[in-house]
Amino acid sequence: MSSKTKKMQLPEIVPVPPRFRNSIGKYVIRRNSRCISCGFCAELCPYGVHPRYENYAKPIRPKEEKCIGFSCKENDFFCIDKCPQQALTLRLNPILDTLGDYRWTAEMLIGHWEMAETANLPVVDLEYNLGYSGGGFDKIRFKHADPNHYLDLPDEEIDTSVELNKRNDGRPEKTISIPCYGGGMSFGSTALAVIVGRARAAQRLNTLTCTGEGGYPLELLPYADHVITQLATGLFGVREETILFAPMVEFKYAQGAKPGLGGHLLGDKVTPEVAQMRETVVGNALFSPFPFHSVYSVEDHKKHVDWVKEINPRVLVSVKVSTPTDVDMVAVGSYYAGAHIVHLDGSYGGTGAAPDIAKKNIAMPIEYAIPKVHNFLKDEGVRDKICLIASGGIRNAMDVAKSIALGADGVVIGTAELVAVECVRCGNCESGRGCARGVATTDPELGILTTEEWVDQRIVNMYSAWRKQWCDILRQYGMRSLKELVGRSDLLVHLDYLDQEERATYQPSPQEKLVI
Amino acid sequence: MPKKYHIPVKTAPPRFLPIGRYATIEFREDCAGSCRECVKKKCIYGIFTENYEHFSTMDEPEYLYNCQSCFRCVQECTRGIFSRVINPDYRTLGDDHWRADTIRRLWYQAHTGKIPVSGAGYGGPFVAAGFDSMWTDMSEIVRPTRDGIHGREYISTSFEISRRITPLIFNQDLSLASQVSPILEIPIPLLFQMPRDLIVNDTILISAANAARVLGTMMIIRPEEYTDDLLPFADNLIPCLPADRINDHVEVIQNSRAVELSFSDNVADTFVDLRALNPGIAIIVRIPLDAMAASRGVQLAKTDVDTLHYYADEHGNELNAEEPRFIKEMIRDVHLKLVENLTRQKINLIFSGGIAMAEHMAKSIICGADGVVIDNPILIAFECRLCFRCRQGLSCPVKLEDGIDPKWGSQRIVNLMGAWHSQLIEVMGAMGIREARRLRGEVGRSMWFDDLEMENFGPIFGQRKVSGLG
Repeated sequence: MSSKTKKMQLPEIVPVPPRFRNSIGKYVIRRNSRCISCGFCAELCPYGVHPRYENYAKPIRPKEEKCIGFSCKENDFFCIDKCPQQALTLRLNPILDTLGDYRWTAEMLIGHWEMAETANLPVVDLEYNLGYSGGGFDKIRFKHADPNHYLDLPDEEIDTSVELNKRNDGRPEKTISIPCYGGGMSFGSTALAVIVGRARAAQRLNTLTCTGEGGYPLELLPYADHVITQLATGLFGVREETILFAPMVEFKYAQGAKPGLGGHLLGDKVTPEVAQMRETVVGNALFSPFPFHSVYSVEDHKKHVDWVKEINPRVLVSVKVSTPTDVDMVAVGSYYAGAHIVHLDGSYGGTGAAPDIAKKNIAMPIEYAIPKVHNFLKDEGVRDKICLIASGGIRNAMDVAKSIALGADGVVIGTAELVAVECVRCGNCESGRGCARGVATTDPELGILTTEEWVDQRIVNMYSAWRKQWCDILRQYGMRSLKELVGRSDLLVHLDYLDQEERATYQPSPQEKLVI
Repeated sequence: MPKKYHIPVKTAPPRFLPIGRYATIEFREDCAGSCRECVKKKCIYGIFTENYEHFSTMDEPEYLYNCQSCFRCVQECTRGIFSRVINPDYRTLGDDHWRADTIRRLWYQAHTGKIPVSGAGYGGPFVAAGFDSMWTDMSEIVRPTRDGIHGREYISTSFEISRRITPLIFNQDLSLASQVSPILEIPIPLLFQMPRDLIVNDTILISAANAARVLGTMMIIRPEEYTDDLLPFADNLIPCLPADRINDHVEVIQNSRAVELSFSDNVADTFVDLRALNPGIAIIVRIPLDAMAASRGVQLAKTDVDTLHYYADEHGNELNAEEPRFIKEMIRDVHLKLVENLTRQKINLIFSGGIAMAEHMAKSIICGADGVVIDNPILIAFECRLCFRCRQGLSCPVKLEDGIDPKWGSQRIVNLMGAWHSQLIEVMGAMGIREARRLRGEVGRSMWFDDLEMENFGPIFGQRKVSGLG
């Protein structure tokens, strides 16, 4: 190890149980009336599926999410066979049919809940790296690595940091310790505890989170060095001081969930606090126009960038755009306008409410946009002077690594952070009182279902588990730093581009027809 | 201020509970009873509120329809008695093209008139057959013509079904030398027609005709369905006639602004007679979307026809083909053939068959259509489940054979079309296109799976070894 390599200071890991009493696991264990509460199953199971407390003799509902399922049959602690009363049964959880979708499958959701709880990769046989989408990341694999290249390094000595300022323009050199930062979720769309919890996690992980377009709650001030101020078309809650607070300002030209459309906050979510923050009227729906009506050209865009740089001489500027056909031209234009970061937001992502027609149909998926922009910036000779960040449909640690190998320096994560705090992706973020699970809501009753501390630790745990996967990939390829992986698309294969024989050596693309 | 096109949407609740995706089930034998923490009382969507009323009337429980899948009852019940399944009725709803989620969203739009909106990103396949293998483009930076400057209400979604005006010719005294035929402009790029072999009765026809009038569009109607009750809607009806029997329908032709003729080799021979009966009438020829479609279009474009209406099967597939192409490819085929023959500017092309969602309308236009004709969505607006029991002579689960209230039915269609119109504007607004007419054939404002794979993955992964969508 080079003497200059700093050991990564990993945040403290604390197991954080789910908020709800009945967790959802891949398997269900049923205990029938023959159970005499002898406690033998509790003694047997090393995974803690059968909790038992002193001085409480009655059987307790099994922690099914911890059960490793039928693969346990080989073990001499398989509770189903060993129960002296034969009171236990095991089966696949039928509820999985109703959980998740093609992109975020039930197993991917459950896997991420487990990571957020324990900071470890699940021991249950869950496929949390691939979905059923049948394309893009779900068909891209890392090539089989040469075992001779394996580098035996502990995680702490592997560098997963990203430099955000590559311009060498006298502004701060900002480095984040993981290749992810939090996507914009506005005050108004998301519960305050979630917003602040994300900021706390960003601070502990030495990364960033983003205000979204809803203004800057003062509760974020203790974490200001890790909070990006988003400047979007509605300019809701944007004031000079919120630009001065920020280490980075993000111009949101467009977003992947609704490319070419403005944001929309339904009237129900415009509570007195939200209205005050956004300087609007309580109960009135808020629309952000699309696009910036002050920008007609790259020159106008440069004026925007210069304006923010003038207000805050230390701030870095990120430009968030969607993925149209000419996204490569937009990216290079952003570079010449003075941006430090160009942030591509692909079409399949997004956390907030958006028209279904927009999410599905407008703009290209991020898997195509990353290499398109990366290669164009390289051809223009400016790739090493700008940080390329990708988002939109990047779901898990492997998607992050694949994005980096395709050409991104890092990624922005939104949905996975919400999944870490037990979002089930029911999609009802916008309706009525908002999220029934207390995540994407401003409803006073629902908003208290979460606490900042709980959100913080769940997110820290999830990223800690992800980091283990990144370190593992880097070790396989003999790399010490994630920076070495940037643009290494030669390390990737796509199943549809392989001969049948070679394709068979890779994990197949999971196929499942879902009822959606 | 010029008049703006406005669709008057108004909530029109369903008569029957729509089939929901999920069903919450409870194992009551495990219920502790009298639990003060009962999750049923806490459901934020209130789906259990009328639980007991449904039991007393032996109805199906409402939670088969209204569950919003938040899982809180499943996860919070102190006894863990709740689980969820996919509603068995939902499993059997629709087919591979008319998917359950498509029908569910159409019902929602007919009910509310609103665009379907949801959070948490897109959850569907990366790419799929048909219209789902293309994406529409968007524009990051404003151009002076785009909606951002002029306001969305000024995006025009009009198209014509009358023949295009060729360049005007003027006399020496600057008076108009060209003969300009009447312009029949429709403010939304779609027409109606009733689906074949599904329930159609007077109330359904009146509902659809009235909706066409409210929307300013027109409905293609078979002569046997054209009853006296529909005469008040004559301006919005297009009788579809066999070319050899126009003399049997003289009065209808004289009262119509457009007429549709079934294709035959000598269909053009009747155009003169038609114009003699009604000089201003727009003539549409109905052509099967098969292997001959493009060449027939080229021939007809040389005649006095105004519009060609190509019809595919109800799943949007080419007719009479062993390996049918999808309507998207067929539209390209016909459009490009007419472009090649320098006749595309003279006539209008409309397509029907399998148009199930607003995005299909937008994508059809991008592929080269001027507009589309919808059929099944009209009945779906009336809560039709596409179960096709009626084709077997069995009763309709939503009692369409008993008739519907035309006021309600009309509003449901208006709502559905209002939502489609808004979605078309969303897509056009994102592209920075101000007129549906400019969108026609603008494939440059779209991205296709094969092209994206080749351009972006080809240089990385080499030759694609899997055909189709993979």
